[in-house]
Amino acid sequence: MRPQPTSTQPVVTAPAVHIEVKEPPRTPRKIARARRKAAAKRVWREYRKNKMGMAGLIILAIFIFVAIFAPLLANSCGLDPTCPSTGPQLQPPTLKYPLGTDDLGRSVLTLTIWGTRISMTVGLVSTAITMVIGTTIGLIAGYYGAWRETVLMRMTDWFLVLPFLPLAIVLATLLGPSFYTVIFVIGITSWPGTARVIRAQVLSLKTRPYVERARALGASDWHLVTRHILPNVGPLIFANTVLIVAVAILSESTLSFLGLGDPLHTSWGTILENSFGAGAPFAGNWWWVIPPGLAIVLVVLSFTMIGYALDDILNPKLRAR
Amino acid sequence: MSLLSVRDLFVSYPTQGGPVPAVRGVDIEIGKGEVLGLAGESGCGKSTIAGALLRLLPTGTEVTGSILLNGEDVLGMKPGRLRAVRWTETSIVFQGAMHALNPVQRVGEQIEEAILIHQQAGQREARVRVGGLLEQVGLPPRRIRDYPHELSGGQKQRVMIAMALACNPSLVVADEPTTALDVMVQAQVLQLLNELQRDLGLAMLFITHDLSVLIEVCDRLAIMYAGRIVEEGPARSVFYESAHPYTRALAAAFPAIGEGRFRKAPSGLPGDPPYPQDLPTGCTFHPRCPLAFEACPHIDPGLFDVSPGWRAACLLVDSAKPVLEGAPTHGHGQ
Amino acid sequence: MSERTLPADQAMEPEGAPPLLEVRDLTVTFAGRVGLGAGLVGRKATVSRAVDGVSLQLRQGEVLALAGESGCGKTTTARAIMGLEPPREGQILFQGKPISKRLRAYRRKVQMIFQDPTGALNPRQTIYESVAEGLRIHRIHRGPNGETEQELVARALSRAGMRPPERFFLNYPHELSGGQRQRVVIAGALVLDPVMLVADEPVSNLDASVRGEILRLLLQLRDDLGLAILVVTHDLGLAWTIADRVAVMYLGRIVEIGPAEDVLTKPLHPYTEALLNVVPEAGGLDRPILTGEPPDPTRIPPGCRFHPRCPEVASGAARAAGVEERCLGEDLGLLELRPEHFAACHLAAVAVGKGQAVTMAEPQA
Repeated sequence: MRPQPTSTQPVVTAPAVHIEVKEPPRTPRKIARARRKAAAKRVWREYRKNKMGMAGLIILAIFIFVAIFAPLLANSCGLDPTCPSTGPQLQPPTLKYPLGTDDLGRSVLTLTIWGTRISMTVGLVSTAITMVIGTTIGLIAGYYGAWRETVLMRMTDWFLVLPFLPLAIVLATLLGPSFYTVIFVIGITSWPGTARVIRAQVLSLKTRPYVERARALGASDWHLVTRHILPNVGPLIFANTVLIVAVAILSESTLSFLGLGDPLHTSWGTILENSFGAGAPFAGNWWWVIPPGLAIVLVVLSFTMIGYALDDILNPKLRAR
Repeated sequence: MSLLSVRDLFVSYPTQGGPVPAVRGVDIEIGKGEVLGLAGESGCGKSTIAGALLRLLPTGTEVTGSILLNGEDVLGMKPGRLRAVRWTETSIVFQGAMHALNPVQRVGEQIEEAILIHQQAGQREARVRVGGLLEQVGLPPRRIRDYPHELSGGQKQRVMIAMALACNPSLVVADEPTTALDVMVQAQVLQLLNELQRDLGLAMLFITHDLSVLIEVCDRLAIMYAGRIVEEGPARSVFYESAHPYTRALAAAFPAIGEGRFRKAPSGLPGDPPYPQDLPTGCTFHPRCPLAFEACPHIDPGLFDVSPGWRAACLLVDSAKPVLEGAPTHGHGQ
Repeated sequence: MSERTLPADQAMEPEGAPPLLEVRDLTVTFAGRVGLGAGLVGRKATVSRAVDGVSLQLRQGEVLALAGESGCGKTTTARAIMGLEPPREGQILFQGKPISKRLRAYRRKVQMIFQDPTGALNPRQTIYESVAEGLRIHRIHRGPNGETEQELVARALSRAGMRPPERFFLNYPHELSGGQRQRVVIAGALVLDPVMLVADEPVSNLDASVRGEILRLLLQLRDDLGLAILVVTHDLGLAWTIADRVAVMYLGRIVEIGPAEDVLTKPLHPYTEALLNVVPEAGGLDRPILTGEPPDPTRIPPGCRFHPRCPEVASGAARAAGVEERCLGEDLGLLELRPEHFAACHLAAVAVGKGQAVTMAEPQA
């Protein structure tokens, strides 16, 4: 007796995926947002596992703390050579002056702490300018193509080959040495790199089938760029930004060191400018040279480490499948 | 004695969640000059078998069972012997072979490489042989000096076939050799493979997801599902009279043009091929099977004889009736 | 469960009404690039005539298969119909009016299904968002009967066979299988209640055993919703399975068009015959197979564009029938050689007794 086959017509079943639903969902938009928050938490969790990234983050956090709370950590009067808190000139580190004093008797520790503010601020602001200009140009060039791309890319190339230092010197001479000049110079010389990277990514995204599908659905350019292209370029922008900040801070230090920064304000670069100008390295006044230099190295390193860690996590090609 | 004899082959890939079985107990037998077709969909393990035959799977993969090539156990070979065997006794035409050509090296040199590595000939003699090989695959010998980008898809595939034949193997494993090609070019390549097989007396293991292609070139067919062979037998019988419901469904995806019963009557299986990590209990096909009954989720069928030389892994197979009761068949004129 | 509620403008067309979609003499070209040096010397860019004068019609509720090898222009034709590719010449009329004038409204009525379901879904969007995208683009917050966005999305997913639909709202594409992803793409197309679907190789990227289900779904949508479907495919077996009419393309032109049963079992054009010959079956490989590769759209032969590869020319049959000169020198369009069955072939025309080389645009069917 053969068993009768019973027809089992399975309906399309969902895969065995565990979907966590915390409370009754309100609207799909809210659900999607909650889902995105969960994704962000996942990124954070993975980031925590990355030792290099965590180390960078901790170092950066320290410097940000110092920058914000500078007035509490060191008396601003200490920047003024006529202030009574100044001590004997060119003193090696003592208990009262843990990093010694400069040739005007100011505490190097105070100088370094306050220098954090300027260096970080200049770095961040010029990076913001770079990212805004670079991303916009890269987006337009990559998305629209044709004459817009040609014009913008030739312009980018032009700016790309501008030599950094001669331009900086010329502009500083014209505009007067100040940190605004520094910000301006770094901003207009760094954006081409970003523009090229963004444009390449946009070109690749533009031809993805889901972008075509949205176009076939009737999406406007604005919708395509904001809903499909930017979110997928986003991680790249983020990782790129972090690395650019590192470069910006380094550039600021270079320019200040060369005397193009604001002589009235203290940044790590100006400290180095003064110390080298006074011949500190040759006179053996190491406490005046090493702290600002070390600070620059550490901040740049921290940004770089964070940038690489982010790239590892967010770049799907680098992520091991 | 058969050229290739595979018994109880098990292959597992290491993953973060533990080893995942891609091949779960497969037996294959290919005699001299015989052509066996291996068909199945994604995740069934057929490409894994191609790699396993010459131990070309990534390190960390667990392979157990026995693979006898001309009586020698491949899995037990020392590296030196394995390298000597590779390409001279068995060669492979890989999936996506067209992309396996070095874009900065002339095509002729790449074929020569195979001959030179196995020291089968000196430089000059190798060059002559390569010219002969290209002719054999239907390309003019002057193409030796071309770079890959100067060739079309079909021509590149012919170069890959020539490369596979370079050291006169007795067994050629073709893994999806015509998948990315146009229908016309595909037909040309299949015709070529057919001729070469006849002229050179080659044994072939032809792996593909396109069942209809196998009918043209193969003597025997084996259908894989979820890491196992679920039906194997003479090509015509398996395709037109399928004993296993999965074979029937797969064959229905390649309808015969002109047969009225296929007009406006597409048939497919619900659900999807299972992931190797997540196999159903009992018969792995039962969730999608239109003929499944109470016993199916509980019993994992082995291969039952449908008739001599034809077996299927289905509880409904009764050796007295090679055709499933009550189900319409694919073939032309029963 | 089939829904028989057709919106008013999708009611069956009365006899003699204009076809839903009409394509007239469509030409789409792509220009190659010329380097500055070559341009200065006067070298012109090679022009690829991907679509070189295609005319066809699609009626409501009809399934038309556009078949051919790669490079024949079928995908470009489909993309031009979708408005994704600007035509160089010719017109595309939808419900009698050119689409170029009201592209946005047109896109609500005509939707596309893509070859690669994985690529067609934004990996960062949930299934819900992917399906709702069409509604959001056209700013539709309420359905025609007051349904919310959520209800519309659920209905579309349900119609595409994903049941229960709510279960899939939060999934991401990578959590679904290939067949399910294609259903999501179809749902995304259905959510706007289109009148016509353009499907570009809808199942070629899917596993063989899953294809039938998707094809069945398409036929069901035609039966239940009255959709017209244009299917682009290289697989004549697929055309046999679901198409009412088949158009075979070669090198940018339609070379044969007619009812599926006629074109696929009694082909008139030698190219169609050659394609049918290579559909694998157990007849062995002794059938004639065309030599050479699919041709280059930048170098179109004179006369009948198929003549260099035509087996009838090669075998002398064309000369014997006295048409060889015309094959080599006289370009031709589609001729109605049997009722509603057109082919662009001098030899076939002579064989059927209509040896006129009058080029005709596809007449009213």
